Amino acid sequence: MKHLRQLEDQSVFILREAYKNFENLGMLWSMGKDSTVLLWLARKAFFGHVPFPLLHVDTSYKIPEMIEYRDRLAREWRLNLIVGQNKKALAEGMNHTKGRMECCTALKTEGLKLLLEEKGYTGIILGVRSDEDSTRAKERYFSPRDKNNEWDFRDQPPELWDQYKISFPPGTHIRIHPLLDWTEINIWEYIKMENIPFLDNLYLDQGTGQRYRSLGCEPCTSPMKSTSKNVDEVIIELRNSKVAERAGRAQDEGRGMEQLRKEGYM
Amino acid sequence: MAADTVTPNNTQTKETMNIVIVGHVDHGKSTLLGRLYADTGTLPVGKIEKIQAICKQQGKEFEYAFLFDAFLEEQQQGITIDTARTFFSWGNRQYIIIDAPGHKEFLKNMVSGAARAEAALLIIDALEGVKDQSKRHGLLLSMLGVKQVTVVVNKMDLVGYREDVFRGIEKEYREFLTQLNVIPQYVIPASAKQGINITTNAPETPWYTGPTVLDSLSHFSLVAADVDQPLRFPIQDVYKFDARRILVGKITAGQLKVGDRLVFAPSNKSAAIQSIEAFNVDQPPMRASAGQSVGITLDEQIFVERGQIAAHEDDGPLVSTSFRANVFWLGKRSLEMNKYYVLRLATREIACEVSAIHRIVNANDLDDRQTATAVQRNEVADLTIRTKASLAFDSYITSEETGRFVLVDEYDVSGGGIITEMVRDEQEGLRTEARERDSAWVKGDIGPEERAQHYGHRAAVVLFTGPDSTGKAFLARKLESVLVAEGRHAYLLDAENLRRGLDADIGEANANEAVRRYGEVARLLTDTGLLVLSTTNPFSLPGGTVAQAIQTLVNPTPVVTIYMSKEQESLLPDATLTFLGPDDFDARARQIIETLKQKGILAETVGAQPAFQFSI
Repeated sequence: MKHLRQLEDQSVFILREAYKNFENLGMLWSMGKDSTVLLWLARKAFFGHVPFPLLHVDTSYKIPEMIEYRDRLAREWRLNLIVGQNKKALAEGMNHTKGRMECCTALKTEGLKLLLEEKGYTGIILGVRSDEDSTRAKERYFSPRDKNNEWDFRDQPPELWDQYKISFPPGTHIRIHPLLDWTEINIWEYIKMENIPFLDNLYLDQGTGQRYRSLGCEPCTSPMKSTSKNVDEVIIELRNSKVAERAGRAQDEGRGMEQLRKEGYM
Repeated sequence: MAADTVTPNNTQTKETMNIVIVGHVDHGKSTLLGRLYADTGTLPVGKIEKIQAICKQQGKEFEYAFLFDAFLEEQQQGITIDTARTFFSWGNRQYIIIDAPGHKEFLKNMVSGAARAEAALLIIDALEGVKDQSKRHGLLLSMLGVKQVTVVVNKMDLVGYREDVFRGIEKEYREFLTQLNVIPQYVIPASAKQGINITTNAPETPWYTGPTVLDSLSHFSLVAADVDQPLRFPIQDVYKFDARRILVGKITAGQLKVGDRLVFAPSNKSAAIQSIEAFNVDQPPMRASAGQSVGITLDEQIFVERGQIAAHEDDGPLVSTSFRANVFWLGKRSLEMNKYYVLRLATREIACEVSAIHRIVNANDLDDRQTATAVQRNEVADLTIRTKASLAFDSYITSEETGRFVLVDEYDVSGGGIITEMVRDEQEGLRTEARERDSAWVKGDIGPEERAQHYGHRAAVVLFTGPDSTGKAFLARKLESVLVAEGRHAYLLDAENLRRGLDADIGEANANEAVRRYGEVARLLTDTGLLVLSTTNPFSLPGGTVAQAIQTLVNPTPVVTIYMSKEQESLLPDATLTFLGPDDFDARARQIIETLKQKGILAETVGAQPAFQFSI
């Protein structure tokens, strides 16, 4: 499992760079497998401590088990959990039937923007991976966002060796991506190796012949056909699969992700 | 758009490798990558069909390149703008293949991609032959540390698979690479568009008996971290989340183990490793080696901070304020002389300037353009760089990761470089003296940390510099009074006081020796935990020179410089604070005290358990 240790070493280095260089730092946690591995890596990097807040942008449409799991780990691991929500949009009745892009933009992108504005974060750590989506494949480890949270992918800063973008004009912020080099299989291999608690009743087949491969909002995320009942079976299934990981995520259709991410989505 | 790649290969992954695809624009890099996935059956279900449908809708011919040029703009213009990181599993290896843009305008993106690669595929168009970026990319690969290169002569279909065309390009490019000390592993004739020699050997090139592009990947060897190299452990941070004081960082070369005695450069402080700390392990590790991100504790509370490089005794890095380097510049503005930039080497960040431009390297013929006064965007230059304070580094051939650096212009990383040799500066003699003196120093049982806790401040030297009659001496006395009134241990040591005593045997002409002796006295006083204050007036040398010499001798005790002048000067000297004086001395003294607090020299309060921002 040498390759997993290499990935771990690199991610830990990135997390420590982020902690050293950003005074107001937060980490997004969606309770999915990736951001939970990221949280675990933070505990590794800081020897059991997590010295910055965990941020959850709650759309209110998450699968209920996700919220229970979030609150349980926050207690057990003594996390500083901050939950943000676009209450105005929810009060006005925003939901996916008003259009998926509209809903994602209002509850996730705008929800995140509100949280960033309120707390004034200058660095946000996210668990996005290159192999999830073709725009994420073009990300930097330290990726600047302008005053409007927008990503200028036409003019990304050079990233040389272990030297990242840690200085930036006031009003802008940096998105930090320690998991860019991890694949979906690496995530599962690592969960197994480190015995990380995950949402097993959603990610594994509970006898119904289906499981979630990627978690999001309940109305817009569908489980896939699978009989994988443990992590080993998930890894074998993925090695043989030719279906994209986010095939069950409605927001990705068409040019959805490029537009969402340009405007500040994770 | 759905995910790009999945890994359908059923073999257990044993290792990972980063490969970059580079070359001139339009020579077929993205097409080659697309073809590699398509012909190995490693694309997600429906991916080709989806791109084909988009092409049909837009009335365009299907191209494999569209598989990875994700952005709308990239597909519309038919070029790659930024590097795409794609995953490809074959055999027991997981490759991260980085598709770099070939357009000159996006050179910074190409460099970002290549900087993390262990091997490269360099693509040359058989019809166009060797072009500008073919050479520039080759040059940059050698500077970025990518030593394994395989050259693919693509679009062989456009030249009728003629061997003489292939051999001509092969000869020309091999000769070019030889000048860079790069020997290509293979030169492969191919056609990505037609799928020739990509995954299978084709009858179109019967005269070629070498490997396919796919096979050539497995012939790249993993660059194993060399544990026999001298240890380099740049300190990234110091944590005190609990009772442990943990020094963290990534080991860039060699290995360390519990019990090893470490020397930190450039501070020369030394201590032994007490433990290697780790989270969620059964047994704490006893050793660690290059590539690992680790945390260690020391048996002694010595002053260590981010930027210092730990090494074994007698096997440490070079230390100087000057070195010669090959630099590639990617900045929006040109790289100028006599202007400060931030240099970042491993975890150290320090101000620097270009003190000489020896030559600009022309990528095309590796010829020199002489007498340049600035380095333009996308140029490579041979420079001498001077840093504001002593820097620990290696030459690139000795230790790669501590032998390279980046330059930051305002907010942006704007260039990178590799160090070719150290340049001895005028501090060299004093530095050797300090190193030898410190390593033989007989210590008492009370360390600087205990003194600092007791006194409510760390030791430091505060130097007042600037022209005459600006009130330096007056402010120095004022500061001493205020500090002592607060209960701090401060002492005004005017250099004049050494003249007829310690310096009685040397004449006034021997200014350098006077500074050296002052520095040694300051070293003794700061070792007692004192705040030593002085003006540079009595020295018949420029203030900056005096400050630098004293800093070298009292290293790593901080030297805070206060520059005072009567009028606004256009070029501000290198100082911690600059005052236009003489003016309100009480306010100025307060301001200096605030700065000392910000720097973590003075604790916020005097008394029991003072809290330090960055103590030891």
